[in-house]
Amino acid sequence: MNEMTSPTREERAAKLKGLGCSRKRVEDVRFTQGKGNYVDDVKLPGMLHGDFVRSPYAHARVKSINTEAAMAVPGVLAVLTAKDLEPLSLHWMPTLAGDKQMVLADGKVLFQGQEVAFVVAENRYAAADGIAAVEVEYEELPVLTNPFEALQSDVVLREDLDPAAAGAHGPRKHHNHIFLWEEGDEEATNQAIDSAEVVAEEMVYYHRTHPCPLETCGTVASMDKVNGKLTVWGTFQAPHVVRTVASLLSGIEEHNIRVISPDIGGGFGNKVGVYPGYVCAIVASIVTGKPVKWIENRMDNLMATAFARDYWMKGRISATREGKITGLHCHVTADHGAFDACADPTKFPAGFFHICTGSYDIPVAYVGVDGVYTNKAPGGVAYRCSFRVTEAAYFIERMIEVLAIELGMDAAELRRINFIRKDQFPYQSALGWEYDSGDYHTAWDKALKAVGYDDLRKEQAERVEAFKRGETRKLLGIGLTHFTEIVGAGPVKNCDILGMGMFDSCEIRIHPTGSAIARLGTISQGQGHATTFAQILASEIGIPADSITIEEGDTDTAPYGLGTYGSRSTPVAGAATAMAGRKIRAKAQMIAAYLLEVHDDDVEWDVDRFVVKGAPERFKTMAEIAYAAYNQAIPGVEPGLEAVSYYDPPNMTYPFGAYICVMEIDVDTGEHQIRQFYALDDCGTRINPMVIEGQVHGGLTEALAIAMGQEIAYDEIGNVKTGTLMDFFLPTAWETPHYTTDHTETPSPHHPIGAKGVGESPNVGGVPAFSNAVHDAFRAFGLRQSHMPHDHWRIWKTAHDLGLHG
Amino acid sequence: MIPAAFEYHRPADVQAAIRVLQDHGDEARVLAGGHSLIPMMKLRMAELGHLVDLQDIAELKGISVEGATVSIGAMTTQQELIAHEELARVAPILREAALQIADPQVRYMGTVGGNVANGDPGNDMPGLMQCLGATYTLVGPGGTREVAARDFYEAAYMTDREDEEILTRITFTAPTGGYAYEKQKRKIGDYATAAAAVLIAAEGGKVTRASIAMTNLSDVPVHSGAAAEALIGTNCDEEATTAAIAAMLDDIEPTEDNRGPVEFKRHVAGVILARAIQRAWSRA
Repeated sequence: MNEMTSPTREERAAKLKGLGCSRKRVEDVRFTQGKGNYVDDVKLPGMLHGDFVRSPYAHARVKSINTEAAMAVPGVLAVLTAKDLEPLSLHWMPTLAGDKQMVLADGKVLFQGQEVAFVVAENRYAAADGIAAVEVEYEELPVLTNPFEALQSDVVLREDLDPAAAGAHGPRKHHNHIFLWEEGDEEATNQAIDSAEVVAEEMVYYHRTHPCPLETCGTVASMDKVNGKLTVWGTFQAPHVVRTVASLLSGIEEHNIRVISPDIGGGFGNKVGVYPGYVCAIVASIVTGKPVKWIENRMDNLMATAFARDYWMKGRISATREGKITGLHCHVTADHGAFDACADPTKFPAGFFHICTGSYDIPVAYVGVDGVYTNKAPGGVAYRCSFRVTEAAYFIERMIEVLAIELGMDAAELRRINFIRKDQFPYQSALGWEYDSGDYHTAWDKALKAVGYDDLRKEQAERVEAFKRGETRKLLGIGLTHFTEIVGAGPVKNCDILGMGMFDSCEIRIHPTGSAIARLGTISQGQGHATTFAQILASEIGIPADSITIEEGDTDTAPYGLGTYGSRSTPVAGAATAMAGRKIRAKAQMIAAYLLEVHDDDVEWDVDRFVVKGAPERFKTMAEIAYAAYNQAIPGVEPGLEAVSYYDPPNMTYPFGAYICVMEIDVDTGEHQIRQFYALDDCGTRINPMVIEGQVHGGLTEALAIAMGQEIAYDEIGNVKTGTLMDFFLPTAWETPHYTTDHTETPSPHHPIGAKGVGESPNVGGVPAFSNAVHDAFRAFGLRQSHMPHDHWRIWKTAHDLGLHG
Repeated sequence: MIPAAFEYHRPADVQAAIRVLQDHGDEARVLAGGHSLIPMMKLRMAELGHLVDLQDIAELKGISVEGATVSIGAMTTQQELIAHEELARVAPILREAALQIADPQVRYMGTVGGNVANGDPGNDMPGLMQCLGATYTLVGPGGTREVAARDFYEAAYMTDREDEEILTRITFTAPTGGYAYEKQKRKIGDYATAAAAVLIAAEGGKVTRASIAMTNLSDVPVHSGAAAEALIGTNCDEEATTAAIAAMLDDIEPTEDNRGPVEFKRHVAGVILARAIQRAWSRA
């Protein structure tokens, strides 16, 4: 062969656009042209529209529901109430957390916005008129919006539960108590803390907020009474789980249910759970024999679908005078709202909150979490984080700061002397996790150097002096965070959802001409799976990523999987993809050896081909092998080139990062300005640096929102005060600062390609970085702790309470 | 978020629009940019049988500057205000204020007439028009009359306009001297936590004329004559500014909302006014 025309190994590898390539997202061709296909784009002949009558009260008895006037509205076909669902046993449904929840109000309502009746009509307009015409008589009941008060109150929220009976996670100590979940050795922890030289105590509140995806939740259910098949399109982060749950609830055999997640406009945990709208649309379609669509509006989404956080975390942390941490105690009062509908692996009612020892080598620790019912919406989902991991990271990163104050020590140095060292991995944490890998000191030093940490501290000290002299009204805050994530649920031996093990899957078919399709059990909601999974495969099987179609979300075609949330797609389905690719390659090796007339062991893999060892000019490319696989009779080898892998991960992966936020704060107005934000992420092997950067930017912006203004707030009678985007803070380009991203690369030792997941790290690490910056600005004036979100008036109040307004 | 059924009217002139209002009384409302009315209808907090869309009425559009007299048609959008070079030259405070209203998408639809006529205490233009001493032209079945912006607002969403009248035009004399529109808000698209419109004319290093109006700090815009008076004859030093703030604080009555409690709003109102005075003085 002519050397001039024969591509080098590097050129062949580059052509694949495999691991490490900043390949442009293939999805964006349709998204940027408005050609996406979302649930609301699904329009079927004869389709009906359903929507809810919702409760205006947070706690009330439903005395009567009169549907007569609504049924008289032209175009209204049916009004479903709990009474109509009861014969089907569908007026209540099980939650993912082992509780049950009303589908439609059964005798009472427990939160504002709760679903009371479902109006089915020929179009959205008639449905809205029908809703306005339904007459519901309520009798108001006392409202509990504070979990501490709820645990003391005589008011019984859940009359359906036997107060003496245990819940799904053990005994209940009060009629408004859900569970107490514990991990660690409390006695040893107390002993360590009580005998310590220095102890810091603080109540750290992580307020209630909401994932608020741009696309709200919705579904189209279509029951075909001729063939008995139910098809459900919906905003589902876990379509296969929805199929199984729908089958168990409805009694329809699973093969007769097809669930399709089309394009999804953001999930962030909000689309993991099962909502009453899904159930009602399915029932309405079965009853009417016509397709029924239900789409939430923004207010419904904010008010009634799954919230996130709402954790009151009481912490005690102890250390030696030199700053070596000796113990950590945490008790959480967790406000779960009216029903326990948290979306966690079933055995973990507080998710993975016990990652709360963070990046630090803490010898002994204890966590206890009390779940509590209140008159608020149910939920408790992982809003762009693994299960309760953002709460955990916020807790430990605040406790570290408070301890630094107690010790009179620099918070960066305190972190450095307590980091788990590189040589300690795999590391067994005091609360039972095995951290797979990490190199925290390297990341930390790189981050501090990048921002010029020592100079920033000097500038801050000068600013404080200038402030005291009356020369400026602005303070400077330096927000530090070193977070450790735990993602990739997870090993089937301890992670399941309603008994379904949390493996994931990939099925690959190589076409005769050397292109391919791969289907997975996950579903992208904007993460770019069609781009990045093709890259994993390209590097494994030597077919260009551009020649590989990735398909997800249709349960009739995709292999079973547990879906996309908790940064589990790359750690679990990504691993399945690599493993399935390796099966393809193993068969391809046999075919290549046959074609090259050598023994199997005499060929070796080289980027996109098998070559004869010692004779690289003799080779068969993957494309040639694929053609032969279908068209040539090969003795002892079945025709075709396909593989499937179901991957049960041996452990979670533990991405980590170092974030630093430099913030200016106006003490007179409470306004802030982000001067600099540096984000170093270590997510192990980097599949697509551009996609990673995009994920980090998005996650940081959500973290900015949460830390600086976003909340679901209630008044004392349970009215949602932040039910529209006027009051619920969703940053625009205007409020979003510039981010500087950076990385180190510590591959996961147990993942086939060493990847760890990154989508949620910026939310987990970002929130404490922003919040710590606010706190740090006021450290010189004596601030220890203030509650998020740090909106203008809360920052102003902090300054005011510290006497900074003269 | 689906409004109740309504009849849609699209008259071509003001008289035709008024006839629809006469025919249907308080069952009818005029529609300008729709940024306040449409959401209220979608929430079914405003249910009306007849919506009178003013966008085809040519006489309600346009900005004219003749000498020192500025006249702005009610259906002029915020974007048209911003883009009008002549207006920016004679009354730059309008561009400065309009640029602080929401985002470009809203400003391409939202109109100055709708902004001033709706009586929403959160809107920016009513306070600005009070500061400028503008006059509103109202046309009704009985003819045309003029009302000073400073006399127009009675309470939240309650104005001097009769149900069958349409606010057609805003007129004011171009101000001289320095100006500033200062606004604190939580984010783009939000109403003001506090906003201040300030005009200052000076001679020989002393204030000769001043005008001050505050936004979203009472159920109506607040033109504070006493605050302006406190600046006259001064060089806007700290003492004068403190006096102006004290006078302004006597005139406002903020209420608690998601932006914060009364104490915070009063403090911010003072800070915002001080900044507006400082900037206006520096331009005087």
